[in-house]
Amino acid sequence: MSNFEIVAREDFSDVTYLLEVRHPLMAKAARPGQFVIVMSHPHGERIPLTIADFDRAKGTITLVIQAVGKTTKEMQQSCVVGSSLYGVTGPMGIPSHIGKVKKVACVGGGLGVAPIFPHARAFKDNGAYVIGIVGFRTKELMFWEDKFRACCDQFIVCTDDGSAGIKGNVTAGIKKALRDHPDIDEFVAIGPPIMMKGCAEATRAHKIKTMVSLNPLMVDGTGMCGGCRVKIGGEVKFACVDGPDFDGHQVDFDDLMTRLRRFTEQERTAVERWSENCRMTNPLQTLKTRIPATTEEAEFPDPFDEVRGG
Amino acid sequence: MREQPAAERVKNFTEVACGYSPDDALREAERCLLCPEQPCVAGCPVGIDIPGFIRKLGQKDFRGAYDVLTDTNLLPAICGRVCPQENQCEGVCIVGETLEPVAIGRLERWVGDQAIAEGWASIPYIEPAPYRIGIVGSGPAGVACAADMAKAGCDVTVYEAFHLPGGVLRYGIPDFRLPNEVIDAEIGRLEKLGVKFECNTLVGRLFTIEQMVDELGFHAVFVGTGAGYPTMLGIPGDSLNGVLSANELLTRCNLMRAKEFPDYDTPLPLGQRVAVVGAGNTAMDAMRVCKRLGAEKVYCIYRRSRTEAPARAEEVHHAEEEGIEFHWLTAPAAILDDGKGGVRGMRCIRMELGEPDASGRRRPVPVPGSEHDFETDLVVFAIGTNANPIMGQTSTLRLNKRGYIETDAELATSVAGVYAGGDIVTGAATVIEAMGAGRKAARSMKAYLGIRDSDQPYVIDGRGSGNRMFGIDPQERNFARIRIA
Repeated sequence: MSNFEIVAREDFSDVTYLLEVRHPLMAKAARPGQFVIVMSHPHGERIPLTIADFDRAKGTITLVIQAVGKTTKEMQQSCVVGSSLYGVTGPMGIPSHIGKVKKVACVGGGLGVAPIFPHARAFKDNGAYVIGIVGFRTKELMFWEDKFRACCDQFIVCTDDGSAGIKGNVTAGIKKALRDHPDIDEFVAIGPPIMMKGCAEATRAHKIKTMVSLNPLMVDGTGMCGGCRVKIGGEVKFACVDGPDFDGHQVDFDDLMTRLRRFTEQERTAVERWSENCRMTNPLQTLKTRIPATTEEAEFPDPFDEVRGG
Repeated sequence: MREQPAAERVKNFTEVACGYSPDDALREAERCLLCPEQPCVAGCPVGIDIPGFIRKLGQKDFRGAYDVLTDTNLLPAICGRVCPQENQCEGVCIVGETLEPVAIGRLERWVGDQAIAEGWASIPYIEPAPYRIGIVGSGPAGVACAADMAKAGCDVTVYEAFHLPGGVLRYGIPDFRLPNEVIDAEIGRLEKLGVKFECNTLVGRLFTIEQMVDELGFHAVFVGTGAGYPTMLGIPGDSLNGVLSANELLTRCNLMRAKEFPDYDTPLPLGQRVAVVGAGNTAMDAMRVCKRLGAEKVYCIYRRSRTEAPARAEEVHHAEEEGIEFHWLTAPAAILDDGKGGVRGMRCIRMELGEPDASGRRRPVPVPGSEHDFETDLVVFAIGTNANPIMGQTSTLRLNKRGYIETDAELATSVAGVYAGGDIVTGAATVIEAMGAGRKAARSMKAYLGIRDSDQPYVIDGRGSGNRMFGIDPQERNFARIRIA
């Protein structure tokens, strides 16, 4: 079980890419809401990635990755079709509860757009009326529109610059959904913490159940280190084994956002060192990868800004 | 035994105790009286024939000494390093009544190291048995069980959730106490016995225990997943960024090699003034790791006194030599934040010892008005663990009230053919106790499968039944195999 071959890859933008990894057992076991821990090489770090899709017939799982730190940028270069990841462990976390609800809104922002898809599909399979709400920075960065349209009864796109759908972030889409449908039973939101917080705030007044999928830093993903602890209604929970899904109205998002900044400094060091090394040893490859247009983008992004990159 | 000087070793992760020279080992072996009472054998959780291996050692039959050791303990190089011998074999040694007890642990380690250096492997003749055994977890309990089942001829697969095998030996115990090469060598020896290791496999989630029995074709399963789930103190400020569990610190440092960041990608929180809460072996490891990572000051904060500290005496001694500041009878009350999500200090309260509590240790009682603040920028909790919830979430195994797996005296769980042992049954304990449990479970599995237990051949005074015929215990179900689904 050491060969996790990449069988397909798709680049959605300069920073977002999709990997389809062969892992028949995992494809069989995976449920919406679960995640994997990936190690790209023996010196690598263990990073948690939500399972964006799984294909039981093909025996593959799909990961959508945003190149924000050293590991994800390095993977953007090294993970080509035919290569293998060093380690893929999972599916981790408690699967999302896909209840028998009549009407559900599935909200995905930035990277959250991919992992919200299995939820939308599972709710549809369960007979629910599904409203898909996704947010991107601009029209060019949109992906999976056809996949969503195939399983959503209503599909709301939001872009920051208004180049497609509603102008604004997903909160604008949530407001529209709440206006159009006074009878939504449940919201599910996946994305950067600030987006999930916004979603939880928008639904709080309406007292609509809102599940969010938390993305704290992790090491093992099996409940052993406690690095991923989050505060839920004043109680400490480990997102890896007690979650990653929690009631959005109970989550202390500010605590989560502070904890996500734990290693900002080390992450910046790693990215700097890595990009210097690449330039030295791999000049050709650097040329092939498009250099980001603005210097702002080249810096290590704040985790809350991830939504812009999507 | 020669040790690296404290001033030197706090700058590196090389092993502290350098081990015996052959002369040292022979000299120490001669101190053993080879007394007929053999209290050491009873003091050992796995009952190693200690005088037996020391006798061979004294006769310069090093290979023979190794064979005697590995009859009962497949991992001598590891146990010689990490067992709390002062509470076990050495604690009851007759020589110890008047002089220093025989250094059994050091001798065991020496023999184990010889075996690694010489490439010895005790591979007995193995009678193949038509059974497949699944082991969940590659820590001490799992590997001990795997070794015994492989020797019994079974086809053994060990599943590990991490990317490397070894469990707590790998992620928990730092290099200066147990070098990774030793773990690799001992795991390599198991592979020679035919044991297969499958890493990156989270049993429970990738497939369940029930699926192992019903679909994957395992005739028996052993669960040795360890305790996991670290306890946080639940005091104000314990979710601050400068607060972490010892498990996290040690995993980052040992398994993920964050001490070599940025050559390895995993980062590590660095502190100049580190406060470690707790005084067990894990706490000692965490403190000494922080010292080696360059912390100026490392404090041990413990609410009881030195007498009650659960760490091995040698570890406390080593930590003291390395300049760890011990604050006995001190309990944390709150962690103070620096306004940026990090740690500025810790508020503590002094304790005094009152009446003995349920554990027999004197209960610490807070001294009113004794609050005082420490300056610290990193706080590490090493105050124990709770049961890992994954098995409970994913299987029908019956758990006890505290979430640990419930077993009978033979370590059988509530599911037929599934056995469990180690920390996931008892709560946090020692490496050798976990290995003892793994071996005990192996005995039960052999009985369940009807494999004659070659570990106890032709023992006339065997367990309870005097009427063995041809060395076969009538209680062994080796004529018909019955599985109750």
